[in-house]
Amino acid sequence: MTRLRRILGPAVVPALAVLTAFIVGSVFILITDFDNLQRLGTDPVGAIAGAAGGIIAAYQSLLAGAFGDPAKIAAAIEGGSPRQIAAAIRPITETLVAATPLIFTGLAVAVAFRTSVFNIGVEGQFILGAFGATVALLVLKDLPAPIPLLGAVVGGVITGAVWGFIPGVLKARTGAHEVITTIMLNYVAFQIVLFGLRSDFLRQEGSSQPISKLLDSIARVPGILDPFGLPSIRLHYGFVLALITAAVVSWFLFKTTKGFELRAAGFNLTAAKYAGMSASGSIILAMSISGGLAALGGSMEVLGTVPQMSNDISSGFGFNAIALALLAGNRPLGIVVAALLFGALRTGGGLMQVQTGIPLDLLFFIQALVIMFVAAPDLVRSIWRLGGTRTSTGTVVEGAKA
Amino acid sequence: MRLELKDITKQFPGVLANDRISISADRGEVLGLLGENGAGKTTLMNILSGLYRPDSGEILIDGKARAFSDPAEAIDAGIGMVHQHFQLVPVFDVVAAVALGAESVNGPLGTFDRATARKRIVELSEQYGLHVPPDADIEDLPVGVRQRVEILKALYRKSDILVLDEPSAVLTPAETEELFDIIRELAASGTTVIFITHKLNEVLEVCDRITVLRRGRVAGTAEPKTTTREQLANMMVGRNVELRVVKGPAVPADVVLSLKDVVVRDDRDHIAVKGVSLDVRAGEIVAIAGVQGNGQTELVEAIVGLRTVDSGTMTVDGADITTSTPRQVSDLGVAHIPEDRGRDGLINYMTVSENYILDSYHRAPYSKGVRLDLDAIQAGAKDGVRDFDIRTPSIHTLAGSLSGGNQQKVVVAREFSRPVKLVIAAQPTRGLDVGSIEYIHKRIVEQRDAGAAILIVSTELEEVIAVGDRVAVMFGGNIVGILEGEAATFEAVGMLMGGAQ
Repeated sequence: MTRLRRILGPAVVPALAVLTAFIVGSVFILITDFDNLQRLGTDPVGAIAGAAGGIIAAYQSLLAGAFGDPAKIAAAIEGGSPRQIAAAIRPITETLVAATPLIFTGLAVAVAFRTSVFNIGVEGQFILGAFGATVALLVLKDLPAPIPLLGAVVGGVITGAVWGFIPGVLKARTGAHEVITTIMLNYVAFQIVLFGLRSDFLRQEGSSQPISKLLDSIARVPGILDPFGLPSIRLHYGFVLALITAAVVSWFLFKTTKGFELRAAGFNLTAAKYAGMSASGSIILAMSISGGLAALGGSMEVLGTVPQMSNDISSGFGFNAIALALLAGNRPLGIVVAALLFGALRTGGGLMQVQTGIPLDLLFFIQALVIMFVAAPDLVRSIWRLGGTRTSTGTVVEGAKA
Repeated sequence: MRLELKDITKQFPGVLANDRISISADRGEVLGLLGENGAGKTTLMNILSGLYRPDSGEILIDGKARAFSDPAEAIDAGIGMVHQHFQLVPVFDVVAAVALGAESVNGPLGTFDRATARKRIVELSEQYGLHVPPDADIEDLPVGVRQRVEILKALYRKSDILVLDEPSAVLTPAETEELFDIIRELAASGTTVIFITHKLNEVLEVCDRITVLRRGRVAGTAEPKTTTREQLANMMVGRNVELRVVKGPAVPADVVLSLKDVVVRDDRDHIAVKGVSLDVRAGEIVAIAGVQGNGQTELVEAIVGLRTVDSGTMTVDGADITTSTPRQVSDLGVAHIPEDRGRDGLINYMTVSENYILDSYHRAPYSKGVRLDLDAIQAGAKDGVRDFDIRTPSIHTLAGSLSGGNQQKVVVAREFSRPVKLVIAAQPTRGLDVGSIEYIHKRIVEQRDAGAAILIVSTELEEVIAVGDRVAVMFGGNIVGILEGEAATFEAVGMLMGGAQ
């Protein structure tokens, strides 16, 4: 019971924040529903019913777009062709595909946050990691399997870890603020990728765009559902690796001596120093791990999800990850859940836009609201009339000090 | 104005912080509110100042019932708070910091009328003998003056009831005396003063009446003329308390810590320790006395490896530690109780058990290779909690939610959990209540009797004399005298602390 409460307790505010955001989102749907707004004067009952129907339809199609239609899935598995099965389950698999890079980048941000280092450079580490994996794969392409694939992953991770190590060392040795250095290194990373993709070694033959050769002809992270021969299902073992990575990060942070050092340094750097820990060592280690995790995500993206490297390999995963880690309270399990939620919004939004004409922007609006509400826990608590003693800093103390 | 609190009750989850507390203070009276940490003093004052609302009970001002829903209403009702941690904008000058939130304005645009504000501040400062320079920046002022600025802030808002929360915690003995003069001046001119503290001498010196709180209830009321320190201490703790430190004569053996001509610089690169030489032997307690800021902090940081030494040598049991890291020093069997436990000794957002292993997590039995042995950690922390009588709901409670005394017990339990040759204790009882002070002193004496060398640094004269077998006085970065046994009297040590040779 207490164990359950320890796990669920921290989830209350984020869960209510999500719920609140969807309710506010429905107001947004309402006021952009001009057909029903115009009818309000002549046919108020019909207008309200119509508007309510519009909101329900929007969220229904969002759900269907993100998770599919259970009845259809059951029917397809029962007796459908591989093509029908694939079509029925694709919403779910696409949600998992969308969640995969977010899990990696979310973990990357969280490890740094836990050490009180604000790694804003996850985006750059992700992209450079993907780039490193691409280069490594093309270099190793003639070696027997699975060397090219494994080598590409290792190459990608090392590239990202180095990209995290640099701002870590700068902070530890010279005091350079990591927010500044990581943002700047993001730009450097983007330019390195653009520059690299112009070389003949990487660029796709005959293309003037900065995109690489197709990588899946050399090696690809195997698909989870490959044995069933379903067409156009992108879900690959990168997702499983993401879950394993989350478990490993959780183990590392809470069950190892190094993880203990990182957390101690994160909460109170001077007390960590007084206890004999190396503060600069913790910062450098946290940034290197963070960069490596981001890069592992980038490698999975380029080796599993999309078949080639390009300069827009990341659709803002590294930046979304900052919000995501906040939503998850930097807990690895929370990051998996939050990444699935963000993934579902990304995937479901497409269908919603097609079916109901409500723009995809609604989902960014909802995502932003979720983050805002999580950042203002007192607001959520007062909306939902939750107890807890408020302190002036907005944190909630249980059994306040007398 | 006459203040009365009647049957105030406040419940927090799991804690009945105030249980039908009634206190009263007349116009011009100084009421001492005495109690250990966790007795409910601060909760009561937060209710009075509008931060919390009581579950039941009422606040009467001049006989009229008042309810405050926020601090602004309490201020309007004439209640001024001086918090333990000052609420001043460091980059403002005194006039701006005092007037902030209650600015006088002129013109249609409502610009700040500095001249008027400054005039009133100067007047108030003179009237009550506060001696506050109106145009100095807050960050340049010493702590004692900042506190007077806080008092000025309350007076500027026309407070008739002034609440001082542990005001002497940050002051030197001389500054405390000045504060008491101000309190007497305020009371004489009709201000009602509520003086919250856990220091027995202070209530006896400055208060007209004393109300003692214990575990959320009023334990009794006393008059300074007819009560003693012992009686107050017993009322506060609920049992007989030993105010003296009980210890036998020291049996000094071999030299453990040896300092030779140690020179150390402070954060601003000024020389703070100017060539200190000192030996501490096994089985003796050497107390370093001195007013804060005479190099003690830097000296301790140098010994434990947190600060580099300019010149000189330091050895522990013959091993050179002049350039050692904190971990290397700790590995030699040196326990360190840091000066500021909240900042340096504990991690508030980690649990009691995590804090318990903070400097031994990497050793057996707590670590197995890269892994932490969580079972061993739990077992160790439970032993520590039991052996040191740490009052905590569980070992998984966050250290920051414990009372000050229990936080310090966590630190001491941790430091004494491994074999100790040398104890460096900086301000080991600062801010603690009587019961905890007694306990910590007892444990330190036990370590001495078990054969450890002890170096205690304290700014509290009483502590230095009570605990030290030898007293070394630091002034201006030098040890200006070492007094032994009977020679270490209040007068002698006090004179040396003030710089007299």
